Amino acid sequence: MISQNDVKYIASLARIHLQDDEIQQLTRDLENILQYVTKLSSLDVRQIEPTTHVVPLKNVSRPDLVKPSLKPNIALGIAVEQHQGAFKVPKVIE
Amino acid sequence: MKLNELSAHSLVDLLKSKKTTPQEVLQSLHAHIVQTDKSIKAYVRLNSEKPESTLSENQTCPVPIAIKDNICIAGHETTCCSKILEGFRPPYDATVIEKLRKTGAIFLGQTNMDEFAFGSSTENSCYGSTSNPWDKDCVPGGSSGGSAAAVAAHETIWALGSDTGGSIRQPAAFCGVVGVKPTYGRVSRYGLIAFASSLDQIGPIAKDVEDAALLLKIIAGYDEKDSTSVDVPVPDYPKDMRQEVKGLKVGIPKEYFVEGLDKEIKEAISAAIEVLKKLGVSFKEVSLPHTEYAIATYYIIATAEASSNLARYDGVQYGLRCRPSKTRKSPLIDMYEETRDKGFGKEAKRRIMLGTYSLSTGYYDAYYLQGQKVRTLIKNDFDKVFQEFDAVITPTSPTPAFKKGERINDPLAMYLSDIYTISVNLGGVPAISLPCGFSKTGLPIGLQIITKPFDEETMFRLAYAYEQHTEWHKQKPPQLK
Repeated sequence: MISQNDVKYIASLARIHLQDDEIQQLTRDLENILQYVTKLSSLDVRQIEPTTHVVPLKNVSRPDLVKPSLKPNIALGIAVEQHQGAFKVPKVIE
Repeated sequence: MKLNELSAHSLVDLLKSKKTTPQEVLQSLHAHIVQTDKSIKAYVRLNSEKPESTLSENQTCPVPIAIKDNICIAGHETTCCSKILEGFRPPYDATVIEKLRKTGAIFLGQTNMDEFAFGSSTENSCYGSTSNPWDKDCVPGGSSGGSAAAVAAHETIWALGSDTGGSIRQPAAFCGVVGVKPTYGRVSRYGLIAFASSLDQIGPIAKDVEDAALLLKIIAGYDEKDSTSVDVPVPDYPKDMRQEVKGLKVGIPKEYFVEGLDKEIKEAISAAIEVLKKLGVSFKEVSLPHTEYAIATYYIIATAEASSNLARYDGVQYGLRCRPSKTRKSPLIDMYEETRDKGFGKEAKRRIMLGTYSLSTGYYDAYYLQGQKVRTLIKNDFDKVFQEFDAVITPTSPTPAFKKGERINDPLAMYLSDIYTISVNLGGVPAISLPCGFSKTGLPIGLQIITKPFDEETMFRLAYAYEQHTEWHKQKPPQLK
């Protein structure tokens, strides 16, 4: 069972401000979906390794060389707000 | 035949022999789009790009292409059909775009999709829905519904889509065109806006198998910018697919032919099997025993990865930034929470919430880890079948295109429409969907061919052989005739 308080808590973890009607709707939706997903617990997978990735790749590394990359002014060109070569955000510390 | 209705491979021939020019092709497409897209709404943005007047020798395929709105084209607005990316103009090209540019490709515009590829109907788009060219009351499928509809309505020569759980193959089936989900690692994901990084692949949507093979050949290959792309040679698909199919062994998974499968689709698949039998392909029933767990596994893994990937949309750097009128927590947190509330649509919120839940303390083992373990079982099912068989054949979707609005308020019903495509992404194997018939109501039916990892050659061989002996891919939506 998932409660409205659970949904509010998950929303705070996910950093989404939800309206009251959304909380109600999402409580119902998540409950239904999680109900469906419980079928996975019927399988005994104690001896099974999890698959995080299908490609048999180990850590991929490259030589530590400086290569051309995006110029700061171009990267900042997409900024919502910028200040002295940095992304500007609302005040963090009062 | 009008230029916009031609396949890419026949256009390339015409261009080579100077019987037409890229300018003429573009004109023909633009004229048609203006007329047709008012009712189809496949595009969310059209580019005014002009083809170069002189082509270099390397530009061997100067063909117009439509691009799903989640693949970055430098300087062009790319939004994943989400409000949260409004106005975002990526400062770089996706690797697939870079590769296409080298061949002289002309980017027609961005196509509609479910927000962040979350959906199977293209109804979850901040720009509104797209219509199926075969029946405008029906959805085109999704999430690459805009790309599939544009190809079917001849509003482009071909298109790129992305496929995380069926988002290329299911809309291809619904719209009566060809769609390919390549092996995971075959095509670079660099510049594809991430949904579920262990499942996403970019792939072609085209009018016939030869075009799909040609387009995959252009976009495939190792890329150092995507560490999950695999460094294996890319075969010459359009050439290799012409080999005969005699002697190939194909499995028919019994779990795919159960209750819920539309009768007309079952018949169309059986008829397709008969066509291939006559060409010397042998068939045998096989089992993929964990098929029934695929959707549950997918919705745990895909949403967990999505919730993590979408954490970056917080109003800090680019896209939308909103702030509430009154302070709730702190100015910064308020900005994150308000931006994400206003920027994400219903389904995006649902998936972020589900993913956050299954990754959160106390639920991780029960959901996410359990999902990853069941994923191993699903992958093992394929490995086992492919020890003995060259391919597996299934329907692409249990039903033809459904009506708009029919499943939008029932997330589970919507998720279940991906039942035949999802295992392929979990297993990382390649698959193609191609037309194999029509329902009595005139809606296209898709046939899915699945092969071993990195064996797209056999997939194309079977698809091409089938297509050569049928006429389904030559049919046109009634209103375009």
